[in-house]
Amino acid sequence: MTTQVFLDTVGEERPAVSPLKTGAPLEDIAVAGQWRLIWGRFIQHRVAVGAGIVIAVFYFIALFVEFLAPALPEASRPQYTYAPPQSIGLFVADESGGTRFQPHVKGYAIEVDPVALRRTFVVDDTKIVPIGFFVEGPTYKLWGVFAMNRHLIGPLNPTDPMYLLGTDKLGRDLMTRLIYGTRVSMSIGLVGVAISLCLGVVLGSLSGFYGGWVDMTIQRIIEVISSMPTIPLWLGLAAAIPLTWSPLQVYFVITLIVSLFGWTGLAREVRGRFYALRGEDFVTAARLDGSGERRLIFRHILPSLTSHILAVLTLAIPTMIVAETALSFLGVGLKPPVVSWGVLLQDAQNIRTVATAPWLLVWPAAAVVVVVLAYNFLGDGLRDAADPYES
Amino acid sequence: MGIGGMVAKLKADVADTGEPLLEVKDLSIDFHLRTHILHAVRNVSFALERGRTLCLVGESGSGKSVTARALLGIVDRQGRIAGGRILLHGDEGEVDIAQMTERSSELLRIRGGRIGLVFQEPMSSLSPVHTIGSQIIEALRLHRRLDARAARAETVELLRQVEIRDPETMVDRYTFEFSGGMRQRAMIAMALACDPDILIADEPTTALDVTTQAEILDLIKRLQVSRGMAMLLITHDMGVVAEVADDVAVMRYGRIVETGSVDDVFHAAQHPYTSSLLSSTVRLEQPRADIRDRAEALGEPVLSVRSLTKVYGAVSGWFGKSGPALTAVDDASFDLHAGENLGIVGESGSGKTTLGRLILRTVEPTSGSITYRRKDGTSDDVLALSKAGLKDYHRQVRLVFQDPFASLNPRMTVKQIVGDPLVVAGTLRGAALEHRVGELLDLVGIDPRSMERYPHAFSGGQRQRIGIARALALDPSVLIADEATAALDVSIRAQILDLLLDIQKRLGLSFIFISHDISVVRYFCDHVAVMHRGRIVEMGTAEEIVNNPREPYTQSLISAVPNPDPRNKRMLHRTRFKS
Amino acid sequence: MMGRYIVKRLIYMVPTLIGMSIIAFLIIQLPPGDYLTSMIARMTESGENVDPAQVARLREIYGLDDPVLIQYWKWISGILLRGDFGHSFEWNRPVSDLIWERMGSTLAISLASLLFVWAVALPIGIYSAVRRHSFGDYAFTFLGFLGLAIPNFILALTLMYVTYRYLGQSVGGLYSPQYVEAPWSWGKFVDLLSHLWIPIIVIGTSGTAALIRILRANLTDELNKPYVVTAKAKGLPEYKVVLKYPVRIALNPFVSAIGWVLPELISGVTITAIVLNLPTAGPLLLRALVSQDMYLAGSFILLMGVLTLIGMLVSDLLLALLDPRIRFT
Repeated sequence: MTTQVFLDTVGEERPAVSPLKTGAPLEDIAVAGQWRLIWGRFIQHRVAVGAGIVIAVFYFIALFVEFLAPALPEASRPQYTYAPPQSIGLFVADESGGTRFQPHVKGYAIEVDPVALRRTFVVDDTKIVPIGFFVEGPTYKLWGVFAMNRHLIGPLNPTDPMYLLGTDKLGRDLMTRLIYGTRVSMSIGLVGVAISLCLGVVLGSLSGFYGGWVDMTIQRIIEVISSMPTIPLWLGLAAAIPLTWSPLQVYFVITLIVSLFGWTGLAREVRGRFYALRGEDFVTAARLDGSGERRLIFRHILPSLTSHILAVLTLAIPTMIVAETALSFLGVGLKPPVVSWGVLLQDAQNIRTVATAPWLLVWPAAAVVVVVLAYNFLGDGLRDAADPYES
Repeated sequence: MGIGGMVAKLKADVADTGEPLLEVKDLSIDFHLRTHILHAVRNVSFALERGRTLCLVGESGSGKSVTARALLGIVDRQGRIAGGRILLHGDEGEVDIAQMTERSSELLRIRGGRIGLVFQEPMSSLSPVHTIGSQIIEALRLHRRLDARAARAETVELLRQVEIRDPETMVDRYTFEFSGGMRQRAMIAMALACDPDILIADEPTTALDVTTQAEILDLIKRLQVSRGMAMLLITHDMGVVAEVADDVAVMRYGRIVETGSVDDVFHAAQHPYTSSLLSSTVRLEQPRADIRDRAEALGEPVLSVRSLTKVYGAVSGWFGKSGPALTAVDDASFDLHAGENLGIVGESGSGKTTLGRLILRTVEPTSGSITYRRKDGTSDDVLALSKAGLKDYHRQVRLVFQDPFASLNPRMTVKQIVGDPLVVAGTLRGAALEHRVGELLDLVGIDPRSMERYPHAFSGGQRQRIGIARALALDPSVLIADEATAALDVSIRAQILDLLLDIQKRLGLSFIFISHDISVVRYFCDHVAVMHRGRIVEMGTAEEIVNNPREPYTQSLISAVPNPDPRNKRMLHRTRFKS
Repeated sequence: MMGRYIVKRLIYMVPTLIGMSIIAFLIIQLPPGDYLTSMIARMTESGENVDPAQVARLREIYGLDDPVLIQYWKWISGILLRGDFGHSFEWNRPVSDLIWERMGSTLAISLASLLFVWAVALPIGIYSAVRRHSFGDYAFTFLGFLGLAIPNFILALTLMYVTYRYLGQSVGGLYSPQYVEAPWSWGKFVDLLSHLWIPIIVIGTSGTAALIRILRANLTDELNKPYVVTAKAKGLPEYKVVLKYPVRIALNPFVSAIGWVLPELISGVTITAIVLNLPTAGPLLLRALVSQDMYLAGSFILLMGVLTLIGMLVSDLLLALLDPRIRFT
């Protein structure tokens, strides 16, 4: 082969690249810590960001339940049993024949089925129920403290019927109840995950860090719990709650039960990562630098874990929400007068009821599915972004 | 056609060497990444000729492996061939592989049929759930349309040709029952199964020990010559190039910077990059100028190791004994003197890394003793130290890690990493800490102004410097460097070694330098201990060990090291060690 | 080699089994008071006479005054030595008379769902991994998310509503009324199938979705391994490369899925059966729990746990058969 030299390559210092988009300047990335890198990766997941916004909206609703709901959850009006959802109209025809801007819903007329002798509601186009924002309505206490009577939306005349999502068998407004249920259902996820986090992280770290018989025992316990089918077990534990307990007590016990079985997955994840990290060179290096056990865990191992834990937690919340819903649906979880999505779905247990009033199934179910879906998308995005250092 | 006949035919073919079988013309490959396009290969041209070996040499990221795979039409998902031709000459004229689609049957006939490929990773490049035999038989049946029985017989014959002992039994074994070298042999058998015209070997020996490397290179070279194949060998090791190449192409950042015959490139390199690559390699092949007077001017021993032994797995478990006991380190004794560089060389599994860990007591020895003498004359029995005493010992005896990526916490800034031992020791804080970190970074050749950056902003060599700065933070007296340069490219490797020597001169340190790479040890160390199967088989000055080894194992080890001089090939005349 | 592995796995199961029995026993013990007290309370409430002598005899038989450990021992040894699961107070029959048929149908429906999960997840998983980022992949991924997000009972209710509303058919139970008591016949079998599809889809959906995701991730990993390039370099066509090597290895999670899908399926059967009123363990368990018939409830929970454990054992053994690396170490 003849010798050939390409001297035009002499000055090259790095591989040739053509930039596709102008990213963050190099200098900026050089001093970016892990959370900035994770954030940078996360916001590239459009779906996950969207899901995060959806969840934020739900928590916002949960926070201002009393103000956002048009009525009170227990206010029942027997004359409006199983009233169907109304739709909002924006313009009404006024006397002079023109149209005028006036948000409204149509009222109900009652028809009696001559054969079944059943009352059914039909929308009565002649009855106009004007509605508005920030209207005065039933008095409530925001967060149990501030007495107020303004509602985000409602009929201008408080005695008029406005049931945007319909009513249940006692004539209670489904939308109001759904909004109140949001607070209970969404918070169960958060509280449950907090308990799981404590159990999972503590036991998982112990297991992963000390190994040996500690690990062995904890692993056995996890194995036993995670190989039990969850629903029978939840049922068994929830059924043991005495009927005499107050709703608040029941709420906390249910949360505890739900989180008791959520922690195993978290503990496994934490243990696995602990194991992997314990063998990492940089941890050995820190040990040789003289770091004690506590410093090793808190300064070197846990910061590498937090993003992963966050992702796993996010994915654990929906299971807890579903668990609460399932238990309440079966009648062994939360019970009325507490309102949660599961309690609402209890009304939809009977197929005949669903056939008469499908909204009783559709809206609570939709709320559950949307939230669970959003959490899964968000958790997935977080998991992908959790380790910004792998290529 | 039987093997005998085939070889006879091929022998006849050998005569007409020089005829180009495959020509690469202006090949360019782009990788479409998220934020940019990486031009991994740019305007690369070369030719493979029957009976000759072309070595494509370059450091990591030079695009050499990408090029090699493209010859088979295998390009990663994000990559695409942006231009150029890959012309394969055959009986029916020439075809352009670059134009073929993934599913074209012509391409499938070429893969494995006319071009065989051998890979770097013998661990992962064979399927773990199929027997070796079935993977080779598959290729035979695909291209040569043999029936099952004939294919099996042929496979056994192929395994015999690649010198696997007892091929009738081994053909039914799984890959995890094979050693690394054996797997690579099986891989070669597979590549050669269908009697290809061209063999592409992509770093075939990088993951192997030096003696195994010598055997595999030897085997490949002999098979190539006897079958009259054209060979493309991808490597980063100039020593390997000198031993097996006829022609050389040097790649850097996706371009070929120089091509020529092996003799021209090694002895009349014209491109500055080629020269620097060669000089980094060759420099490590020669003793340092100051080595002789140093060996005599050694001080008191700082570290004395006596009869250090580590036995694994002798404990009986629930189900009887859990396998035979493994003696990882067996009766190791040596002294490390003040200011001395002691090298510990050995192949994988020789116990050298364990020995390093035993000295630091990150692994507890089974028996033996380690004595550490301080500068003030007091001495400690290291194995009897309390937890606090051990902490203090770890300030004096520090470790430099092999992997510059894993050994720095990616979530901490350089300042935090280098300052961590100082913070733990509680000696410095605030501005004084910052000042000291700056000093240390300066010492290892990193700009102190970049101390707020995170490790991901630095290259491998720079990270290794940061790791060294961390090791130096507490003014240690001994550094244990475990394969500290193994993960680095050759030019960077030389720089790091020089840095360590420079620091030693300034700070009066002693080094224990653990490595599989004899040339590095020779360059760096005063004394060398050779380890084999847990035992130190030979100790002496670096020059003695390299030039005049006494033990048969050392002799085989030294002679297996490729010599970066094509006029003086060493490997092919090596002495073989029979245990 | 294999024999030793099986023995090892069996020994490994023992502590888990003990743990499960403790949990089941705890659930039996959990409700405040014991069932005798609650039974007496109920009986007095409904005006029945309670014979103190009989109560004392029952306390004696069930050892209700013994320490908890001895009670546990009596309970578990009764199960192990005599197959005696205790007495159902509500049905006034031995628990063992009530559970087996129900457990049988639970197992049958779970296995049918497992087959459904496999049959659907395998082709979709392979397709999604090989054609990553294609339209089909995205569509399946979204469906998968949806499948994971919809709780079993909501799906069951929805399907019930839809069939009721649009097909005019009531889908509760496993048989149409005329077949419930009928002997086995072709007609009964067809009738069973026409009822079975809803529970199977309901129970299998989330497992399928999860398995597709796992298979896709695993296969994607495997497709990037060097041995795949080796196989390509041999000249194998793409479909053969994928089917022979990575799919073979990615099948491992498929088999190990038995281990973790089975508890989920049994869980799913429980709740779905309650909604759809299927004659499996679920409705009986719920009823037993609500009426605090704790021996019956505890036995169901214990047996469901044992069932998943057996599933895990089977999956481990299959895995060892499938992957020589596990067999040899």
